[in-house]
Amino acid sequence: MNANLNEYVARMEEACGEERDIIVHFKYEKKDEAIGRILKKVKIDRAVAGVIFDLTYKGLPIRLYNTGKVVIKNVKDKNHAWSILAELLL
Amino acid sequence: MFDPYRVREDFPILKRKVNNHPLIYFDNAATSQKPRQVIEAMKEFYEQHNANVHRAVHMLSLEATELYEEAHEEVAEFIGAEGIEEIVFVRGATEAINLVAYSWGLHNLGREDEVVVTLMEHHSNIVPWEILSKIKGFKVKYVDLNSDGTLNYESFKEMLTPKVKLVCVAHVSNVTGVVNDVKALTKLAHENGALVLVDGAQSVPHMQVNVRDLDCDFLAFSGHKMLGPTGIGVLYAKKEILEGMEPFHGGGEMIREVSFNPETRRCTISWNTLPWKFEAGTPDVGGAVGLTAAVRYLRSLGMENVKAHECDLTEYALKRLEECSKVMVYGPRDVGLKCGIIPFNVEGFNSHDVALFLDSYGIMVRSGLHCAQPLHQKFNISSSVRASFYIYNTREEIDRFIDALKEIEESL
Repeated sequence: MNANLNEYVARMEEACGEERDIIVHFKYEKKDEAIGRILKKVKIDRAVAGVIFDLTYKGLPIRLYNTGKVVIKNVKDKNHAWSILAELLL
Repeated sequence: MFDPYRVREDFPILKRKVNNHPLIYFDNAATSQKPRQVIEAMKEFYEQHNANVHRAVHMLSLEATELYEEAHEEVAEFIGAEGIEEIVFVRGATEAINLVAYSWGLHNLGREDEVVVTLMEHHSNIVPWEILSKIKGFKVKYVDLNSDGTLNYESFKEMLTPKVKLVCVAHVSNVTGVVNDVKALTKLAHENGALVLVDGAQSVPHMQVNVRDLDCDFLAFSGHKMLGPTGIGVLYAKKEILEGMEPFHGGGEMIREVSFNPETRRCTISWNTLPWKFEAGTPDVGGAVGLTAAVRYLRSLGMENVKAHECDLTEYALKRLEECSKVMVYGPRDVGLKCGIIPFNVEGFNSHDVALFLDSYGIMVRSGLHCAQPLHQKFNISSSVRASFYIYNTREEIDRFIDALKEIEESL
């Protein structure tokens, strides 16, 4: 895995349930920087209560939380999610 | 008089803030928080009494052994068992059920037999039986549920053929909080010649459970869901059944003698007395000390008060959830049928989105399948959000939870 991306990502998990979304937790001290980098590259489709930001990147729905979590939907697996994050963050 | 605000003072973690909001912990069906009485009892054990138990003569071992055996006594009394011979300490409810599967099921179930489980079971009360069924060839049959998630008792009765040797049933569903009438189910099963294993993981922490009253043959539960530490749980079983069962794990502690015969060049082994025959290796003594403190804490509150408080919170939450037009609640609304667990979804959001949104307000709930996929299939949903209450939760916390849900609804 990319060492630079590890600076931002604390944990990546597959969601429990039939929707096999990938949930990414950013490191607490880097979450604001990570959110800022993503929002520079992708425009917001919808904001919910200043907490959730819905984005679309390369056709993939991404839900970004101001608490430093990201849900990436419709990805094939964790590697796919990792490559998407690398494009957004690096 | 039960006072949740007084109770909260005993739980250091509840003073935490999460995402700049006071912590609201509604994930109690997954694990409970720990009062300082439990934390301090374990600290005192490791600072003052730590030693391995049994078969040593020094002072610390004696103290540790007494504390460990006292934990069995405390648990036996708490659930109305006849004595410590009926209380086996394990890692948790999952291990307790696996113990029954491999120590009893492996030796007592065959090709012609049937095991009855219900569609509301946690995976821990499904998977061991499906695995063992592949080894032994017996049939696993699933009792159906009604549309509200309650058990279909007619379906249960229809399944009780003479081939049924074991009935495995949750006392309380870990998704809907539905309380099953395990006393009645046990009576029916016994009349049919079957034994009954009750998964008490969601009942023992929340209501008075008396094994003699239920007359169940096995009861499995976890310490960490009832204020105790993780890593310790309990299998209750009737003494005469345990006496006839083979050990689960082999090793130290669980044997009386391992004698080498030079002629046959084999060892002859005899088992230890109950319950130690089922507790191979060094046990979780620190965990047992914590469990003692947890049981004493619950008993000091009174289990009838615990149940009443949770019923009050559940009724209040269900009432307030009616204000949320985009929230779908699953399971019965009648608190007489259930415990303090509410599964739901919010239209337009998946369960993880809702849980992450609530997390941003410091509200901890669980999302996903809750290790109960068949029940979600029954409801025709891919996952759910689960709010579950305990002794330290309050109506004010539910108000904040509802406010947050309304906020997410308004965004639609």
